[in-house]
Amino acid sequence: MAELTKELSQVKGEEPAVRGKDVRVHPNPEPTTGKRPLDAPTGTPTVIVDDLHIVYRVYGAATDAEKGNAVNALTRLLKRQGRPQMKEVHAVKGVSLVAYHGDAIGIVGRNGSGKSTLLRAIAGLLPPHAGAVYTDGQPSLLGVNAALMRELTGERNIVLGCYAMGMTPAEVREKYDEIVEFSGIDEFVQLPMSTYSSGMGARLRFAISSAKTHDVLLIDEALATGDREFRKRSEQRIRQIRESAGTVFLVAHDLKVIEETCNRVIWLHKGKMRMDGDPKEVISAYNKG
Amino acid sequence: MSQPESAVADAQAGGRSGQEPLAKLAERYGLRRSIARPRFPVYLRQLWERRHFILTYATSRNVSKYSSSALGQLWQVLTPLLNAAIYFLMFGLILGGSKNITNYPAFLLTGMFVFTYTQRTVTAGAKSISGNLSLIRALHFPRASLPLAYTIQELQQLAISMGVLLVIVVLTGELPNWFWLMIPLVLLMQTMFNIGAGLVIARMGASMRDLNQLLPFITRTWLYASGVFFSIQDKVVEAAHMPQWVADIMYLNPAASYIEWMRDILIASHNPEWGHNPPPIIWISCVFWAVFALSFGFWYFWRAEERYGRG
Repeated sequence: MAELTKELSQVKGEEPAVRGKDVRVHPNPEPTTGKRPLDAPTGTPTVIVDDLHIVYRVYGAATDAEKGNAVNALTRLLKRQGRPQMKEVHAVKGVSLVAYHGDAIGIVGRNGSGKSTLLRAIAGLLPPHAGAVYTDGQPSLLGVNAALMRELTGERNIVLGCYAMGMTPAEVREKYDEIVEFSGIDEFVQLPMSTYSSGMGARLRFAISSAKTHDVLLIDEALATGDREFRKRSEQRIRQIRESAGTVFLVAHDLKVIEETCNRVIWLHKGKMRMDGDPKEVISAYNKG
Repeated sequence: MSQPESAVADAQAGGRSGQEPLAKLAERYGLRRSIARPRFPVYLRQLWERRHFILTYATSRNVSKYSSSALGQLWQVLTPLLNAAIYFLMFGLILGGSKNITNYPAFLLTGMFVFTYTQRTVTAGAKSISGNLSLIRALHFPRASLPLAYTIQELQQLAISMGVLLVIVVLTGELPNWFWLMIPLVLLMQTMFNIGAGLVIARMGASMRDLNQLLPFITRTWLYASGVFFSIQDKVVEAAHMPQWVADIMYLNPAASYIEWMRDILIASHNPEWGHNPPPIIWISCVFWAVFALSFGFWYFWRAEERYGRG
């Protein structure tokens, strides 16, 4: 146990330095493009996004000046103004795209350009304000964090997370040992997740969320975390998942990962699509401005 | 250029130049809207397929609720016991109870425990969607799983409070009898009502943020109107000389109906005229509310299924 803690404290120290320098999710994109039916004219569309607009409400976004003291609230009522705490954010403004079986599509853009929102809309988790998303089967977002509870043991969280992703009890039993083994948290599985170091928590979350296979897979931000050894394993796992999935969407800030992984890149800027095409072209344009 | 881009360009131009629009393309390949609301029977089946998630989620919430306290799960028994002690001190001893009610402690505690179950479910249900937006925006499942899980969580708590209640009722001198076998049936009906009420309030709470602030007042009014501390018949008809139909209408309130039936079962002197059986108005009201609330609740909640992620 002491060893593990020591190891993990090193992990946390080295994490920021390593990131962005040497993360290779996919060492060589060429062999896979050969396998993909992408260039074949018969490639069937799996995801169609038709002039999509997403508007969502944000609460508690008031500035300090207008924040909830009673006098302000009363004047607002008298002046018949709406609540300033609620703001509508027009996150995606008219995006259209067609994704085909075998596509691995990277999405780049600045913070707040609507990348995650677009993924959630494709997954069918956010309702469109206008336009529509059509999919073949149920796309799923890789990640199970929201379903887990910090106060519970790793054991219980594995079961809970698997059920949340829609597994059957038989599947959960089948995957349980694999998840524990892959996460490498050993006897910590008996302890509440709140006692885990951040690296261990990330490893367990990754192990759970990557235990399921998907037709259309949406990956939000690079999931490979933890120490060097675990990162290597998780990159390998991501590659497997990606290969077994029909279509992959990947959001990452690490352009190198996108360039190596994807056969097509979409550049979102302030909720609109600025470019859609070959990774090299789009990324060099994105880097220029 | 590879094919996807040209297809997008084609389709984008489609609306203007007469080529195939994206919606048509989707139709041709049999793609479906990713956020389409399933038909109602399909929705119920999906919900059934998620039963393990619902149960595990409810149990997990119950476990994590007390996990940081020293006494842990013991609080599941201690909380209803302490509540019982406070209600009894307050209404039984300080306010002097009620002269017309022979076994006041049993009367009060039955009312309180039964009412608390509904009240807590409704309060929890109001937050079940608005408090879980991150979960709703991350994973796919029928959203009714959440209010359902919250109801089951309260049901698990109730099972323990019921045990405490039965012990106390026996200590106050009531004798166990065959009618006790009806208790699960009454609780089943109350649970059906609670699920329905939880679903309705969950949908309302998802869009009306202020509901959480308002709910305590609503449930408190409901508490006073349900005759938890007093007998509706005594206060309304005998003391206030109002016509009998006013009392009857008050008994039709679902919380009052379930409380009355439970009192009929547990307290021999509660309604000597009918023995341990409930009068027709009570059991008709209980059955009606269970069936109506459950079916309306699922239907009403399902109608907004695709919109819960917006917040």
